[in-house]
Amino acid sequence: MIAALKALFGAGDTVAPTPPPPSAAKQLALVIDLNVCVGCHACVTSCKEWNTSGSAGPLTDQNAYGANPTGTFFNRVQTYEAGVFPDTDTVHFPKSCLHCEDPPCVPVCPTGASYKRKADGIVLVDYDKCIGCKYCAWACPYGAREIDEERQVMTKCTLCVDRIYDPLLAPEDRKPACVKACPTGARLFGDVKDPDSEVSRAIRERGGYALMPEWQTSPANQYLPRRITAAAGEDASEARELGTGRAE
Amino acid sequence: MNPAFSVVAFTTLAGAAQGLIVALALAVLGGVPMTPAFLAFGLVAAFVLLCAGLAASFLHLGRPARAWRAAAMWRTSWLSREVIVLPALITLVALWWLAIEAAPPVLARLVLPLAAIAVAALLWYCTAMIYACLRFIEEWAQPLTLVNFVLLGIASGFVLASALAALAGERQFLAASGPVAIVATLVAWATRMAALRRNAAIRHRSTLQSATGIRAARLVQTSMGMSAGSFNTREFFHRASQLAMRRIRLAVIVLAFAAPLVAMLLAWATAAAPLWVVAALLQAPGLLADRWYFFAQAKHPQNLYYQVVS
Repeated sequence: MIAALKALFGAGDTVAPTPPPPSAAKQLALVIDLNVCVGCHACVTSCKEWNTSGSAGPLTDQNAYGANPTGTFFNRVQTYEAGVFPDTDTVHFPKSCLHCEDPPCVPVCPTGASYKRKADGIVLVDYDKCIGCKYCAWACPYGAREIDEERQVMTKCTLCVDRIYDPLLAPEDRKPACVKACPTGARLFGDVKDPDSEVSRAIRERGGYALMPEWQTSPANQYLPRRITAAAGEDASEARELGTGRAE
Repeated sequence: MNPAFSVVAFTTLAGAAQGLIVALALAVLGGVPMTPAFLAFGLVAAFVLLCAGLAASFLHLGRPARAWRAAAMWRTSWLSREVIVLPALITLVALWWLAIEAAPPVLARLVLPLAAIAVAALLWYCTAMIYACLRFIEEWAQPLTLVNFVLLGIASGFVLASALAALAGERQFLAASGPVAIVATLVAWATRMAALRRNAAIRHRSTLQSATGIRAARLVQTSMGMSAGSFNTREFFHRASQLAMRRIRLAVIVLAFAAPLVAMLLAWATAAAPLWVVAALLQAPGLLADRWYFFAQAKHPQNLYYQVVS
């Protein structure tokens, strides 16, 4: 009986009962460089500023001037401590929607409000179709989606879709607000399907990795690992990746 | 997960209604003698429970006025499929109720009961798969999720049917439904305990290391990035203490299974009809507590990112 049930649950290993669609020819994404993120939260505030007044907004706040302010954000910067004292490292870790190539949040949506654009791979929400059932948020292992408590629709990072194609902006400004705001250049933006793009080269040459690879969501956003770089004049082979204890 | 009372109420009410429908349909198909008035009352009870469940499910929506859109994605979404099957079952129960006196016997005594069993089973499958298809919620992504939705529904439905039969003095129906209620409750108890034990022992595949890609053996969060919480901290953490969780688990075992079983066995032994009603009244809060526990016990991997305020 258990075997029969497991057979019945053959699809239980995958969120989508149907096979995933072929990967898009173009996949826009962010690459986050953990070497240089200083945890200033400029990407968080610039994201909120742009998107609350853009096509994804307003991103409402509750109790904004009270003791416990809360509100809708598309992007957060978290901080982790790695290693054992005295060899500890503080790692600042920005987190937003990873625009998975096989996004588990999309097929579960009962209304089709949650979708992945074929043209550029951006995962978006149609706020006019969303019924606020929150099932897509349950189906995202990364916690990348937040319901807007006032509008009662699901919201998430749009990769500033209302900005990156805007012909009224100068070409160098057609990037997500978080990328433009980052003072250390920790956020790279581009097409990860183009092997010659800045993001593809960074992933290839600097060991870019995906979050929670165990769930096979193929996140488009990737992270560049923290490396302990050798001081000037030192043997460069001493450079190693944080936490591995081995020379790269 | 933070259990939403709307979903707890919906799945418990609908599950009992489905079990009641199956009990009535099997009795009709098996030729168990009962008055048409009792069958009609049972179907009305199932109809009311299903409608109450549907109403509860609307309370879960941020935008209930748009609920009609939820039938659109039935090709990929189990939630969408449930949204189609639930009104279908309500309609079928209403048609069956209309057909009791009016329709030809082949419709009222064969086709509609068979269809009701099939659609009730389909609804259990859809409801269970909403949870079981989320592969990274490892407490849910397992066959016992489906087994328990079906068995808890059947157990509660047959206990309810037996209580109604005891109240209505339907001795022959009670003689048939009572033993099934006792056995179903016993089996549901066993499979639910198996699921609880399995889930308590899960070693989750996601770790803080896999969630962040930072490979240090010792890795702790020092800030989740905000001070006063967010949707992520409200939706996915139940905030009940370990003591409260243990007490609720005990309440589930006693109220949903042990106490109703004692009441039913006593009722069976002494032919004291009111004890069937006592069993149903004991089981109802137990099943609500069990469904609450089903949600609370599930640890969402996103919680790894929200451990420390600052």
